[in-house]
Amino acid sequence: METTVRPGEKMMAGATTAPGRTSAAWPAPLRAVWALFQAQPKVWLFLLCLYPLFRLFVLGFSGGLGANPIEFVTRSLGTWTLSFLLITLAITPLRRFTGQGQWLRYRRMLGLFAFFYGVLHLTTYLWLDQFFDWGDILKDIYKRPFITFGMTAFLLLVPLAATSNDRSVRALKRNWAKLHKLVYPAAILAVLHYYWLVKLDVTQPVIYAAVLAILLGLRVWWWRQKSRTGIQGR
Amino acid sequence: MAADSTPRILPTEITSESVYEKRREFLKGSLALALFSALPAQAALPAWKKTAWGRDESANTWEEVTTYNNFYEFGTGKDDPAKNAGSLRTRPWTVSVEGECLKPRTWDIDALIKAFPLEERIYRMRCVEGWSMVIPWLGFPLAELIRQAQPTGKAKYVEFVTLKDTKQMPGQRWPVLDWPYVEGLRLDEAMHPLTLMSVGIYGKELPKQNGAPIRLVVPWKYGFKSAKSIVRIRFVEKQPNTAWNEAAPNEYGFYSNVNPEVDHPRWSQARERRIGEFFKRKTEPFNGYGDQVARLYAGMDLKKYF
Repeated sequence: METTVRPGEKMMAGATTAPGRTSAAWPAPLRAVWALFQAQPKVWLFLLCLYPLFRLFVLGFSGGLGANPIEFVTRSLGTWTLSFLLITLAITPLRRFTGQGQWLRYRRMLGLFAFFYGVLHLTTYLWLDQFFDWGDILKDIYKRPFITFGMTAFLLLVPLAATSNDRSVRALKRNWAKLHKLVYPAAILAVLHYYWLVKLDVTQPVIYAAVLAILLGLRVWWWRQKSRTGIQGR
Repeated sequence: MAADSTPRILPTEITSESVYEKRREFLKGSLALALFSALPAQAALPAWKKTAWGRDESANTWEEVTTYNNFYEFGTGKDDPAKNAGSLRTRPWTVSVEGECLKPRTWDIDALIKAFPLEERIYRMRCVEGWSMVIPWLGFPLAELIRQAQPTGKAKYVEFVTLKDTKQMPGQRWPVLDWPYVEGLRLDEAMHPLTLMSVGIYGKELPKQNGAPIRLVVPWKYGFKSAKSIVRIRFVEKQPNTAWNEAAPNEYGFYSNVNPEVDHPRWSQARERRIGEFFKRKTEPFNGYGDQVARLYAGMDLKKYF
């Protein structure tokens, strides 16, 4: 793609670090949106990540949650937690395939949103499904594999969210990366949690499982490549 | 095999005021009216009589009953049946009553609807997934149809078969269940006065997503036992292989009586969410119809025959 940027467009892009990729072939409105995004990418990403929650509020106030709104909200928050986990896990492959390190700048926020939706999902279960009946909740965690898996996945995410700040990264040094590998078992457990809940039609959980398998498969492949070429892999 | 268990008749003077008001409200509801008038003109149902069943219950709304359905023939989402059931053709329609009986007959649906006096019964419906509704059904006791067919001594069970037609039922393109949908009851369960063949709800013809033109309603069993859009009723000697039992035998038993003591392997059955309510309710044994039906299972280990 040619990087011919006409003077007027450069003005529109806010004269910031607009990468040459902003194609002149894009329609004007799209270019405008992209320019806006480029100006404050993290702010816009933050707002975009709030969309699933915003949507639930809109549906809630317009009576669009169906006959069983609590189930709708719980399911929606659950699938969004899983989606954000997968998006977060997609950052490393994106970085490697595009060769652009800038993707890493968004990983923390995406991961924290996965945790955020996970907290909301868990809250709907504890409150709206069990009404904080701790005896029943403990029994549920113990007896039902899908609750056990979901709860374990959530508990694995807690230390990751807690150590997501710069200070922890510095303090934990190399251990930080090791600790954050917990996201892999968490994602696997989250997919199993979904799979076990479904009564019969497993299409949806299988799609999530397939995406996760690709994302994890890539890592295994890279890891094997690395060890084969003799470069010390950690 | 006796079917003489007397229903718990509630004094008619109890309430009904609220039920009446609800009905008016519903009729006034513009959305419901719009939906109703958008339907092609269909033959109205014959006159029916009201009964005492469920007069003390507050029924769910038309909207809830017709938009939140499990009817996998039209997709596995709760809103799929309401969206996709339009392709079902309910006329002409026949119901074949066959098997171990002296008088097998292929009924035209309109003849069948007129053959037995219709009555309205408000029943609780408990889904195996842990939610419930209260639905004002219109129909006739299955026992009357069975008596007419005169089952032989060999008839121990009754099998119900749903229509199988991929064109009309797009969900059948996927082998989620082994189509056609088959359900079954023991003959004494089928003869029980609570067991209903339903052709309507809320005084109207059954909407397609609710199992038009005719379906089974067995209020003390989990909802999936109440087969929809039935084309065949067969008297058999051996326990039929039912759809959900075939799909997951350890999760869905042949009997599937509502039982808070016997959990689904993956979730508890102790409580349920009544659609429209915030807090969960305790699930009642036999969905609260124990006085009428518990004796059908006297001496049976309900944990084994779940």
